[in-house]
Amino acid sequence: MSKPIIQVKDLSIFYGEKKAINSVNVSFSEKQVTAVIGPSGCGKSTLLRSLNRMNDFVENLRVEGEVLYKDQNIYAPKIDSADIRRQIGMVFQKPNPFPKSIYKNITWGPQINGYDFDPDALVEKCLKRAALWDEVKDRLDDSALALSGGQQQRLCIARAIAMNPEVILMDEPCSALDPKATSRIEDLILDLRNRYTIIIVTHNMQQAARISDETAFFFDGDLIEFGDTKEIFTNPVEEKTEDYITGRFG
Amino acid sequence: MKSSIVIDNVFKSVLFLCVAMTLLVTATVILILGTESFIFFQKVSIFDFLFGLKWEPLLEPKSFGVLPLVAGTFLVVVGAIALALPAGILIATYLSEFASERSRSFIKPALEILAGIPTVVYGFFALTFITPVIRTVLPQTEVFNALSAAIVVGVMILPMVASLCDDGFRSLPRSLKEGAYGLGATTFEVIRYILIPASGSRIGAAVVLAVSRAVGETMAVTLAAGATPKLTANPLESIQTMTSYIVQVSMGDTPRGGIEYMTCFAVGALLFVMTFAMNFIGNYFINKMKWEQA
Repeated sequence: MSKPIIQVKDLSIFYGEKKAINSVNVSFSEKQVTAVIGPSGCGKSTLLRSLNRMNDFVENLRVEGEVLYKDQNIYAPKIDSADIRRQIGMVFQKPNPFPKSIYKNITWGPQINGYDFDPDALVEKCLKRAALWDEVKDRLDDSALALSGGQQQRLCIARAIAMNPEVILMDEPCSALDPKATSRIEDLILDLRNRYTIIIVTHNMQQAARISDETAFFFDGDLIEFGDTKEIFTNPVEEKTEDYITGRFG
Repeated sequence: MKSSIVIDNVFKSVLFLCVAMTLLVTATVILILGTESFIFFQKVSIFDFLFGLKWEPLLEPKSFGVLPLVAGTFLVVVGAIALALPAGILIATYLSEFASERSRSFIKPALEILAGIPTVVYGFFALTFITPVIRTVLPQTEVFNALSAAIVVGVMILPMVASLCDDGFRSLPRSLKEGAYGLGATTFEVIRYILIPASGSRIGAAVVLAVSRAVGETMAVTLAAGATPKLTANPLESIQTMTSYIVQVSMGDTPRGGIEYMTCFAVGALLFVMTFAMNFIGNYFINKMKWEQA
């Protein structure tokens, strides 16, 4: 196991009175793919969104505990949450490209953040890394909304890569895609794993098994089990984990 | 026949009658505007009317160039939009992005109160409060001036602009904003570069419908802007709008049936065509937006 890049310490998250995450402790390793699995409503998306302060926009949400990114608590008062999101990018459940051209979808982030970059080179690099270049290189000025769902999602990954993040959070990135598009995204995640730390929430157990190095299993706001993906799927310690991965509930 | 069927049929006929009434009224208005304007345009060439630079139908030698009235109307409309559009977008931004549900629940009704104030009160307010304020800052301002009218008309259309923009912002999928935040954008950048451009059609519709409302606004401009048809771009001068001209002729001692009186219908028809076109364009924007969302 390589060194941790994100450490979650005694993290509890409340929606109003309701506790969604219950004092969770977990570490995410650098340049690894970590899958977060668990039944619907177990808090896995809430946890993921707390890692780059995407939860800030939810009303009545309260966070207790710490999330250390490179040993810095991202919930410390002096932290600029936008700066955290520049380093910890995100890909969402439903592809959400901007209603702009393919080209501008890539350059928008670096541009508003005042990065010094060569736009043509950046667009080519990011689209190549996201395995989209060959499909769109002749129509970079077309609207991103004209792409298929799978292409849109790869564009969103390219858009995240353009910010040169250390970590990419993925919130069920394949749930709105067909099997073929899903397998392309999975291949892409495997390609990216040596460059970025990837934390992916997924409903799909086979997907977690195929693409991740480590797996965290959540149930009802608690982290039940965390460890090497092979171990979790072949030899789980906890009974609940075994029940879930063998499909007895969820 | 069963009695319930009879009642149903009667009910249906009554409802149909109600619909027929409204259509009939609309048709009658259009018909009268059309025929009276037609008679007017047999005496005055439509070209002289539309492009003439001098509007003096009540003085000899008479001239019937409507452009000064159109210019007066647009001076007020442009001023009103210049005030209401930025303010409306800012209010909508606050409502949709910053306000909690609790503060929304009393800001929105407060805005609607603005829309419910009778326009004559606005006119009176412009004349007795806004104009004196303008005159202390800019003493050369005339007692009747386009600026004070533009300000109150702006306030009048503000709730509509704010509400339509707010609807537009809130109808955007949350995921779009999240995508931008996820790239490290600040709230300001999300609003400026994502929210406002993506709501372009909505904002366009809001502007066009607001213009339509402002063009037709009568009472406030009659009271505040004066009765001096004038081709000017100076908002501190007294002007006359199309609507307030119609008021002047309808209320005054202009003899019925004369050419002076007929001008009313010609100006009215022009006004009708303009607002009709605006509403048409506004609804086009709204439909276009539905397509975009589908």
